[in-house]
Amino acid sequence: MGGTSSKLPKDLLSEYQELTFLTKQEILMAHKIFSELQDRENGLYSSRVSMEKILTLPELKSNPFRKRICHVFSTSDMKDGSLSFEDFLDLLSAFSDSATLEIKSHYAFRIFDFDDDGTLDARDLEKLVNSLTGETDDTRLTGEEMRQLISNILEESDIDKDGTVNLSEFQHVISRSPDFVSSFKIVL
Amino acid sequence: MPRHKLIASESDGKDNEFSLYYVEVEENSQGGQEKQTTRDGKRRRERNGEVSRRRASEKRTTEVDTKRAEKKHEKRHKTARKEGEKHEKRQRRKNADEEEAEEESNKEKKNIKNERTKTLRRDDEKEKDVKKKRKKHVKNEEDNANSGKTKQKDCHDMPLKEKKKKRKKPETTSESESKSESDSAPESKDNQAVGVLGSLTPEELEKLKEAVDERKKLIATMRGKPWPMKKKLVVLRSSCVLQRQETLLIISFLYYSNCQKWMKFQRDFENFKTACIPWEMKIKEIESHFGSSVASYFIFLRWMYGINMILFGLTFGLVMVPEALMGKPYGSIPRKTVPREEEASAMNFAILWDFGGYAKYSVLFYGYYNSQRAIGWLKFRLPLSYFLVGVGTVAYSYMVVIRTMARNANEEGGGDDTSFNFSWKTFTSWDYLIGNPETADNKFASITTSFKEAIVEEQESRKDDNIHLTRFLRVLANFLVLCCLAGSGYLIYFVVRRSQKFALLGLENYGWWERNEVNMVMSLLGMFCPMLFDVISTLENYHPRVALQWQLGRIFALFLGNLYTFIIALMDAIQLKRAEEEIVKKNMTIWQANLYNGTVPDNSTAPPITVHPADIPRGPCWETMVGQEFVRLIISDTMTTYITLLIGDFLRAVLVRFLNNCWCWDLEYGFPSYSEFDVSGNVLGLIFNQGMIWMGAFYAPCLPALNLLRLHVSMYLQCWAVMCCNVPQERVFKASGSNNFYMAMLLVILFLSTLPAIYTIVSIPPSFDCGPFSGKTRMFDVIQETLESDFPAWFGKMFSYASNPGLVLPFLLLLVLAIYYLQSTSKTYKRVNMELKKKLQTQNEENKKKNKLAALKAANELEQARKAGEQRSSSSQHTQNSEPPVSSTHTTTRPPASRGHTSSGHLPGHPQQPQKNSHSNRR
Repeated sequence: MGGTSSKLPKDLLSEYQELTFLTKQEILMAHKIFSELQDRENGLYSSRVSMEKILTLPELKSNPFRKRICHVFSTSDMKDGSLSFEDFLDLLSAFSDSATLEIKSHYAFRIFDFDDDGTLDARDLEKLVNSLTGETDDTRLTGEEMRQLISNILEESDIDKDGTVNLSEFQHVISRSPDFVSSFKIVL
Repeated sequence: MPRHKLIASESDGKDNEFSLYYVEVEENSQGGQEKQTTRDGKRRRERNGEVSRRRASEKRTTEVDTKRAEKKHEKRHKTARKEGEKHEKRQRRKNADEEEAEEESNKEKKNIKNERTKTLRRDDEKEKDVKKKRKKHVKNEEDNANSGKTKQKDCHDMPLKEKKKKRKKPETTSESESKSESDSAPESKDNQAVGVLGSLTPEELEKLKEAVDERKKLIATMRGKPWPMKKKLVVLRSSCVLQRQETLLIISFLYYSNCQKWMKFQRDFENFKTACIPWEMKIKEIESHFGSSVASYFIFLRWMYGINMILFGLTFGLVMVPEALMGKPYGSIPRKTVPREEEASAMNFAILWDFGGYAKYSVLFYGYYNSQRAIGWLKFRLPLSYFLVGVGTVAYSYMVVIRTMARNANEEGGGDDTSFNFSWKTFTSWDYLIGNPETADNKFASITTSFKEAIVEEQESRKDDNIHLTRFLRVLANFLVLCCLAGSGYLIYFVVRRSQKFALLGLENYGWWERNEVNMVMSLLGMFCPMLFDVISTLENYHPRVALQWQLGRIFALFLGNLYTFIIALMDAIQLKRAEEEIVKKNMTIWQANLYNGTVPDNSTAPPITVHPADIPRGPCWETMVGQEFVRLIISDTMTTYITLLIGDFLRAVLVRFLNNCWCWDLEYGFPSYSEFDVSGNVLGLIFNQGMIWMGAFYAPCLPALNLLRLHVSMYLQCWAVMCCNVPQERVFKASGSNNFYMAMLLVILFLSTLPAIYTIVSIPPSFDCGPFSGKTRMFDVIQETLESDFPAWFGKMFSYASNPGLVLPFLLLLVLAIYYLQSTSKTYKRVNMELKKKLQTQNEENKKKNKLAALKAANELEQARKAGEQRSSSSQHTQNSEPPVSSTHTTTRPPASRGHTSSGHLPGHPQQPQKNSHSNRR
């Protein structure tokens, strides 16, 4: 089993290189890490890795958006956030050095869109701010501050004044940011 | 078949294909036995077969009544063979394709949901159907045995499986559906292109090429599309079918496969390039633990290493090696020999460590080089090379620094508008690279404070109280810092003066401290003053980012002051040496006269007296002295850096870790704790180190080599130290903001460090008996000498004309004017840019409003239409009722202008059409 699962076919590898922003080494590395995460105890070669296992990766462990990231990149039918190897590669590709601003901002939007309704409304923003300030009470913003902050955000980036931030507005804001591209990265 | 015509052209095209498909099957089965059919025809048939097969598999999702199609095909496949009809059909199919692309998508949507209730029964039928088709597929494959690749099977089996999966998955989100629409469009284009392939006229070839190009473009941009991998794979593989078809065309075969090879090569080359970047993995590891700001230091270090590599290559390859290989050997002339009085101690380690003794009389320093114009069998112009390398290193450094700065500025682009302060804070403040829980906690804290600060600032921008106190404190802090700077400057000046006194009296009488006083004082000041500044800066209560810049500016001023005091003192030393040199010169003539007078009076035929070069008196050679000073400075600086690293970081970490068990308070989180990695201090240290290299490299060619060594060791040592004994910074910054700030500092340092070097080269005459320029009045005379003797006369003349002030001054003026012109144009461009930005924004807003209105209107119309439809349907049928509300919510939530494909689906009345179609189909 080990022999078959740890080897990536050559043509598949080149296809993956074609389709992602990753280099060959990175894909192989990702494959290695992924196959380490895969379930082996039950003897079955399971193609998906559950979200809990993915979240044990040190790169994702301390990320406040880790669950969202898994949900966004998962193509699972069960909506459980489990990732196949291809989903995993998608994830790494979007977070890689050479990914474009467009794709990064697209995924960032979907990560921040907590209820998956295609827009960032006040509730999404509140969740977003809460995950940015951490779980502990002493770092959390008070209700007043939160209201102020969200109204400020909406004032800046909600161009059509419909009370929500949609994808194009989001990309408009993000594209001006000097350090989004350099910080929206995950390196294995 | 009148009913058939009613169903619109879509199903017409479909039937067409089915007929072709069956034709294909028959013909292929024949073709398997008799291979010698005309190539052209076969190709065409195969291609058509591919298309129809693929189409058939795609259509399976949308086809409603396959049985009818089966009945018809028998009539049709006879007519399909007729040449006259073929062309017409192709045309029809094209039309059908275009409509299909739109309708298929709509239909798919409806079908998935509408048919869900009915498909259960139908599914069985379809399953049978699918099986039938499968059989035929298999047959086909067997017939195509010579092509015999299993992959091909994959290629068109994949989409089939995909589609089936999708159909069976009722909960596919609207998002993925909209994607599948955009997916199907390019595919249908391809089919179109393949359809054209039938005859090989040049125009069609052109079209084919275009199609291939399009496909390639799609593949090239596919990685930039936010699709899941599965979909990308499907598209890619469908293109591999296309490619195989093309392989039959020799021209396009070459064209395509060459492109593929080229792409593969490029990819491999990329891989190779990334594999060649040194320390990439190390830096990435640090990046993932400590965030991007700490990593930015290491990236800067690596960049510096690269520059020093070039400098080292230049000096080593063009100066040191030629002199060592082709120049006169050691001991041949006085400047290359250790003088008699130093010979005894020349090999002592203490002396060598101080770069005296043998080290002083070697290629490492300026004094060793001979002034012989051309050396060795290559006639290598060493003095010229020495001079040009000195100038070249500086010029190269300028070029690199300025180019990097320009590139950084480009990347930053329009980062100057701060209209999205809060949004940026929320959307972009998390550094996804952080993988260390402690760093993450720090980051949470810093983000929270930044939020709170921003809110408070927003509130305070209206009312400002207590500003006087902060202002007073800031002034006080600056005053204190100025005092510190002045004090440190005076201390250095005092120490350097004292050391000159020691040097005059002879260093041998003093201990270690007196000899190394200057360097030690400079290093200690560099160590403790920044801490002092840090304490002072807490008074000021600035935003951390601003505080960091102030801190950097102050340390910069301190270092600069120290460096310049050092240089001034050095200038004094140079004057002293030159005075000494004059005395030696006089003594020399006396000594020579004595030599000749004393031993061999009036005997011209006798051989000249041979005196061992070690005994000949010589000048003090101030250039070597300067070089030595710089080398010593670098060495002591490196040593202090490493020792502070070991004691301040490593020892502290060890003590804290192991004493923590038996101490009365928590050492790890209490007072000493672990040290943070000080990015700004380290970067500044690096920058100043580089400044010293630039300054001293002319007089000590070994400096770049030493620096290279230092940087190399630093890389490993600091990487290790960071990973094992530092904790992440409490204030985590992002790197990009201060990147050009560092570069600007480097540029300033470069400029300031070249100033004294240029001054010494231009205004102080070289020593008379050492170095490559000995015997000349100025160092740059070497250029003139070369021009006179190595170039033809007219060249020298031209050069002298060109360098005459009448020409140079207008040229300079022109340059200044050009700079002014470019500056002003760039300013206007900037302004225009800003205006355009504003215009774009307002236009955007208007568009949004318009679109919103349109969307509302559409929603209203849809509502009305639905009501009407409900009335009608309630009278006739009760089957479909779930679909319309869903689509109406879509129209309200999604901006219609953002996506071309989806927006067409939301046009008023449009979604109704497929529904009607399904109505009529069912009847």
